[in-house]
Amino acid sequence: METVIEISCAEVWQEVSSYIDGDVTPELKVRMEKHFSKCRHCKAVLDGTRNSVRLLTDGDWFPLPEGFAERLFHRLSCDDRNDKP
Amino acid sequence: MARNLQDKVEECQLIREICQGNTELFRTLIEPYQRSVFSIAYSVVTNAADAEEVAQEVFLKALKNLANFRGESKFSTWLIQITLNEARTLLRRTRAHLFESLDGPPGTEQNDRGYIPRDLADWREIPSEALARKELRQKIEQTLECLRPIYREVLVLRDMQHLSVAETAEVLGISRDLVKTRLSRARLQMREALAPGYDGSWTVGSKRYRGVRPW
Repeated sequence: METVIEISCAEVWQEVSSYIDGDVTPELKVRMEKHFSKCRHCKAVLDGTRNSVRLLTDGDWFPLPEGFAERLFHRLSCDDRNDKP
Repeated sequence: MARNLQDKVEECQLIREICQGNTELFRTLIEPYQRSVFSIAYSVVTNAADAEEVAQEVFLKALKNLANFRGESKFSTWLIQITLNEARTLLRRTRAHLFESLDGPPGTEQNDRGYIPRDLADWREIPSEALARKELRQKIEQTLECLRPIYREVLVLRDMQHLSVAETAEVLGISRDLVKTRLSRARLQMREALAPGYDGSWTVGSKRYRGVRPW
């Protein structure tokens, strides 16, 4: 007889983000991993979500526009003449 | 924004000296935070020109109000809070007619519990080349822009700025559970947009790709 999957797909989707962060209880972790070993759909959600997190974490997003620091410090120095902290 | 203890001690010393009138040191103090402040501002206002305007206002305010910084929270946390306030203010001012409440309509968070990931494409590997691809960058930026502000802010703070759940909750003034709920929704939406389910274009070799659905 096939082993019963102890956690539903919907529950897995709610917890998959916390699972990636290692922020689930050991008991839930075991249940989820059992589910992943049997449910390729949820495994795909896990892998895809983990990959997108990795892309966001590793990427160089919103790089500073050229001349950002110069314009910032110019403005700060202009303002500083009138205002001291 | 990870700061080790030595950095933190030096930072406190810098702040003291700036408050005593040595404002030249402000540049040194904020050097490590320019990118973070700009990124977080960008995550709210979603364009570079406004994000730069916000960032300048943030650092001006930080300089003027530095004496009020008590060191009870981290300097970075204080800066992020100013950034979020300034960015939201600019957004309200410039897009009042389009503005969506940052708190969202009542019951929205409840609806998140029933969220079902669409198009469950298999995506086991990140093709390393894909990171460098301009299209992927555009896709990520577009997807971020499409996220509701409450999701985008959490995603940017957690996954791009590497704040902890506790720090994210602190700067946003929301509970840790709400951070986790919003982060979950944001990450699943990012996955949906980035997974090669639509046309497989993010895969280098599409051998591993199979479109699968649970229904």
